Amino acid sequence: MPTDVENWKSEVYGNEVRDRLFEFAEEGYDSIPDDERDAWFERFKWWGLYHQRNGQEGYFMMRIGTPNGVLEPGQLRTVGEIADEYARGPGTNPVFGDAYADFTTRQSIQLHWIELSDVPAIFEKLEENGLSTQQACGDSWRNIVGNPVAGKDGQEVIDAWPVIRNLNETFKRDDDHANLPRKWKVSVTGSADGSGQGDINDLAFEPAYKSVGDDESEDAVGFNVRVGGGLARNEPRLARDIDVWVPPERVPDVAGGLSALFRDYGDREDRYNARVKFLVDEWGADEVRETLQSEYVDFELKTAGRDVREEYTYNAGEGERNDLIGVHDQKDGQNFVGLNVLVGRMGADDVLELADLAEQYGSGEVRLSQRQNVIVTDVPDDALDEFLDEPLLEHHAPDPSPFMRGSVACTGTEFCSLSIVETKNRQVRFARWLKANVDLPDGVDEFHVHLSGCTASCAQPQIADVSLRGMKTRKDGEPVEALDVGLGGGLGENPQFARWVTQRVPVDEVPGAIANLVESFAAGRDEGESFRAFVARHDESELDAFVEPEETDYEDPMMHNTKRTWYPYAEHDSMEDAPSTPADD
Amino acid sequence: MTTRLRVLDDGAWVSVNDSREVRVSELWRLDASDLCACELTDLVVENFQSVGVDGATVAARVYGQCIACGSTGTTGWIPIGRVRGGEFVEFDRSAVRRVRQGE
Repeated sequence: MPTDVENWKSEVYGNEVRDRLFEFAEEGYDSIPDDERDAWFERFKWWGLYHQRNGQEGYFMMRIGTPNGVLEPGQLRTVGEIADEYARGPGTNPVFGDAYADFTTRQSIQLHWIELSDVPAIFEKLEENGLSTQQACGDSWRNIVGNPVAGKDGQEVIDAWPVIRNLNETFKRDDDHANLPRKWKVSVTGSADGSGQGDINDLAFEPAYKSVGDDESEDAVGFNVRVGGGLARNEPRLARDIDVWVPPERVPDVAGGLSALFRDYGDREDRYNARVKFLVDEWGADEVRETLQSEYVDFELKTAGRDVREEYTYNAGEGERNDLIGVHDQKDGQNFVGLNVLVGRMGADDVLELADLAEQYGSGEVRLSQRQNVIVTDVPDDALDEFLDEPLLEHHAPDPSPFMRGSVACTGTEFCSLSIVETKNRQVRFARWLKANVDLPDGVDEFHVHLSGCTASCAQPQIADVSLRGMKTRKDGEPVEALDVGLGGGLGENPQFARWVTQRVPVDEVPGAIANLVESFAAGRDEGESFRAFVARHDESELDAFVEPEETDYEDPMMHNTKRTWYPYAEHDSMEDAPSTPADD
Repeated sequence: MTTRLRVLDDGAWVSVNDSREVRVSELWRLDASDLCACELTDLVVENFQSVGVDGATVAARVYGQCIACGSTGTTGWIPIGRVRGGEFVEFDRSAVRRVRQGE
């Protein structure tokens, strides 16, 4: 039997939701009939609006999809102005203030405390500036990700940006692909560093060479295709190789064919089994390929080409360019400068200042990485030193502490219904404490700590050196927020998921646990050994012993059940003190 | 009177008559020997799998983890509250909850 969500989608979904959304915005939040709210909130997701958790009724998270994380000149300013004007709610975050933007692990932007009545004005401003929230959430093509510096990267095998732009223009707004059984996450990467993180996407295009021509003497550059990756729900999967190579001009045919295959064969009766990774589990890669060939494309698929995975460094645990922070060469002789945004959250004032700096020193363009950081592109050599001396870069640094640059965190209980624990502010506290108290061994300058509030894995915890996942435990008999600890995850040529070695560590003992872990690593590592390699040669009981939870001078002010507050940082935080639904204005 | 029951937002909520009533991330004390060997399961509710009603009693199947022993799994049908006159009242969370018999 189809789920409620499927029934709602079959009634109204996709582009047509917009008209009703605007009517509700005009008439006010209360005009949404009580018995239709669940349905409309589900449909609003297709337009990038996600109703915040209880205690925050009437406020929405708004996600802006920026394909490949590309913000063209002027667009970051638009985001900053919208955040400043509209993303202000009744709660003040003690670290980030009143208005901020979140850069996500899928190269998108999230704003909070958005009121329904403001949505038409926000959409108008976004669209005037070439931005959109369309399909940023919901069961369809999500924001397409890739190497954020596509088209500029000195290490590029093939420029993926035109391919991504074409996919975005082809499949967004296309009613045939608007209503899928579940979300559809696509990655297209053209560089040899693996920074598109294709392995954890529903559909991945990765750079590969193929001998073509009548005598196969010509080496063409295109993409190998993988299907069925993803991290959510304790069911992580790496995308499976379906033995297909595709030239750039055929990418839309193959991507559309696989999207249609998912639309037609995905499970619409059980949302927990709906992602394409489960279909690939059931069918196997061969059947996916055979079905794609026989039912969804009208040309003969080529077998996989020669990939460049052995060159992958991004989030690979060692080697250069583990992330895109710092100054790097563009192929046109200019530079791109990756700046750290701790846990991906930037105050609206900083967003606007960064937009100014990008115009002053570069082309005005800014790009977002999957490690929640920003990249200013097109900085000429002669402007570099002055740019690096800008005061904003003291906070958003191109050369931050490994604990700052390695920090990734999801939204957490501040706004999210699913999360079990507070995350962003906690990871800020963790990173600051680790920076002040822990030294990594010589030569180790990358250390990724990802904190996800639940098994949905929005912070991609399974691909970090240290994976933290929200849990509960009891301490002195009292329930407290806790974290499961996993170790040794990462991507690269041979990606692997973290092993969950220590369960339910009270949050105030986690920094001490990481400190002890690093100490064991320093004492026991072979010369030049990476943390990931160190973890790989130990079994789980040994690793569990290295993770020695310990109270330190770190203090955690959010040990309690933050979900029972209307807003964890409010002075009067109980549900009874929750603000009323925002008035229409 | 018909009671509208739904699991929403990827299992984050049980909605009763279009109101988000029961959330994940709470600790439930369970008498659930099929889930783990603890005398009482100390369950972190991570996801609602399904929700149903029997008379006036609303029950849910949930995925979670016992924080005493680490066992994970999906429970049987657990009564979580009652609908009276169209209003939902959640059962006391500090009380021991029991899987409905015969399920």
